[in-house]
Amino acid sequence: MNNQEAKIMLGHGSGGKMMHSLIEDIFIKHFSNSILKEQTDSAILKVGSSEIAFTTDSFVIDPLFFPGGNIGKLAVCGTVNDLAVSGAEPLYLSVSFIIEEGFPISELEIIVESLAGEAKKAGVLIVTGDTKVVNKGKCDKLFINTAGIGRIKKEDASISKALDIKPGDVIIVNGTIGDHGMAVMNARESFNFKTNVESDCASLNHLIREVLDKSQVKFMRDPTRGGVATVLNELVGKTKLGIEIEESSLPINPGVKAMCELLGFDPLHIANEGKVLIVATEKEGHEILEILKKNELGKRSTIIGRVVSDHPGKVVLRNETGGRRIIDSLSGDQLPRIC
Amino acid sequence: MKYVDEYRKKDLIISVSDKLKAVSKKEIVLMEVCGGHTMAIQRFGLHSLLPATIRLISGPGCPVCVSSQHFIDMAMAYSKIPGVIITTYGDLIRVPGSTTSLEKERANGSDVRIVYSVLESLEIAKNNPEKKIVFLGIGFETTAPLTAAAILQAKKENITNFFVLSAHKVMPPVMKALVEEGVKIDGFIAPGHVTAITGTAIYNELVEVCGLGVVVSGFEPVDMMQAILMLTEQIESGTPKVEIQYQRVVHFEGNKIAQQMLEDVFELRDDRWRGLGVIQKSGLGIREELSSFDAEKQFSVEVPESTEPKGCICGQILRGLKTPVDCGLFGKKCTPTDPVGACMVSGEGTCATYFKYRV
Repeated sequence: MNNQEAKIMLGHGSGGKMMHSLIEDIFIKHFSNSILKEQTDSAILKVGSSEIAFTTDSFVIDPLFFPGGNIGKLAVCGTVNDLAVSGAEPLYLSVSFIIEEGFPISELEIIVESLAGEAKKAGVLIVTGDTKVVNKGKCDKLFINTAGIGRIKKEDASISKALDIKPGDVIIVNGTIGDHGMAVMNARESFNFKTNVESDCASLNHLIREVLDKSQVKFMRDPTRGGVATVLNELVGKTKLGIEIEESSLPINPGVKAMCELLGFDPLHIANEGKVLIVATEKEGHEILEILKKNELGKRSTIIGRVVSDHPGKVVLRNETGGRRIIDSLSGDQLPRIC
Repeated sequence: MKYVDEYRKKDLIISVSDKLKAVSKKEIVLMEVCGGHTMAIQRFGLHSLLPATIRLISGPGCPVCVSSQHFIDMAMAYSKIPGVIITTYGDLIRVPGSTTSLEKERANGSDVRIVYSVLESLEIAKNNPEKKIVFLGIGFETTAPLTAAAILQAKKENITNFFVLSAHKVMPPVMKALVEEGVKIDGFIAPGHVTAITGTAIYNELVEVCGLGVVVSGFEPVDMMQAILMLTEQIESGTPKVEIQYQRVVHFEGNKIAQQMLEDVFELRDDRWRGLGVIQKSGLGIREELSSFDAEKQFSVEVPESTEPKGCICGQILRGLKTPVDCGLFGKKCTPTDPVGACMVSGEGTCATYFKYRV
């Protein structure tokens, strides 16, 4: 990005490779410090003798209302999940609104109501906020930013760092993948697919707490923008190990599968908003599956793959006929403004 | 999923593979013309299921990849005209022109919108009567009828701010050109969806004059393995002919209504192909009587002669002469994030497919 003429493109916000190079080349370059360098979902901060997790997220989703949720619910789930997958117990959120002149107050209230409802469900308090209104045409209806802090136990503080991953470890997902991205896409674009695909948008903190209290988790991450593929590629990048995924084991709703087939998308690249990827030893993995499956948000949990010593740095998918292919992270923008 | 899972059944694929290994004796080269086929072969790892005697090479059937640099430069020039909205299928916005791409022009303020159907462009035209909508028409006989339908619809509804910049192309001349150029091909795996429109008569010359076998194939692994088996049997028995493997979609006579639409809207013209040069009567220009919808006729743009990027061997890859790994730029200077040649941009491009799927 040494070109003076270079401009921001939509792909720079996609969660894929372009965004990572933007973060490296511009943000990390100027902000660099030891906490930021970890590049985890939440920053882990020492305050006195205890540790807290701190994170922030902005929501620019279009449309504001989609099957399975709206921007308000999403703004809570996104930040709560970022804290939860860092091993923290989410406690407090801030909420900021950037509103376009002329936006109906009745719609704002519906969104705020569901934001409040989701916060209550997740057990977090909204303790501060901000409101800005901009001229008509200067932002698209409504953008929301939330930030959150949570308490983190010492033993969970390194969960985002993927320190102890070994060949043979299993990778678990708590249900079907690709639902959020495809639900939003179907609501937005003029496909008119007659499908019941709904966003999986949900706060996962209670589910994750249960897993952390009862078992040993080596790594956790929520596969939002860029999907499962991007998280797994980050993991092999960090660990210098490989990952092998079984195509037949991937839980995918028929509607999502059909939309992906028609549009040429890979469900592994599609965003989720109520999913967590968990890495654990095989033995712990089976116990974690039992815990997850008892929870409404984890009924379709399954092992989708394994960490391997072969092909270090690469995620490889094995299909039913034994054919193998590389699963790369997303390059460019596949679906802008899905969160 | 119905109509998909049946064609991905492991046992079936393996049994065709076994049969193929028993039948194949001669060393043969088969060209899959369509980018969708290239993608399926890599995605399902079909190479590993073929006997060593059969080599597959990829052809010029990815619409984005064969669109000339000149066309991309023209699209860029249109995007800079004030009041113009460019509508296009997604992959095209990332293809590098001589100096920039539509994606970069969009960041510079051009109004470039991705559509999934050309008919969305008509809606955009109706909703923005003060703007001029230029749809970038790319693709073969599969997508060209949709563009034709949109032009006919625009005429019917008297929509006067909808225009098409046509780079639509037809398949048979390029297939014939490759054979005449001396590319070693023993048979064609012919594109299923193109043939669903055109019917199979377009391949007769390849069989009768060039003595090559043609099998029209579907896009699932069982389809492709079966098509390869059918072609191999033809070649082994010395009886080249046109056969349809993809019978659930393709019929010998094709889609008569779509053919008529193509005839009503377009006429054949010489056209440029990226890396292959000008091929006679290989492109679809908009007929004179519909020129009020032809962007080229309605507003003129000046575009300097374009040159192919240095070191890029897309042309030879599109001719099946080289594979991506033969290219010095592949995976180094040319990646999906920062593509040099068009074959790295499209999801169906040979280079992008190799980069994405090859272990």
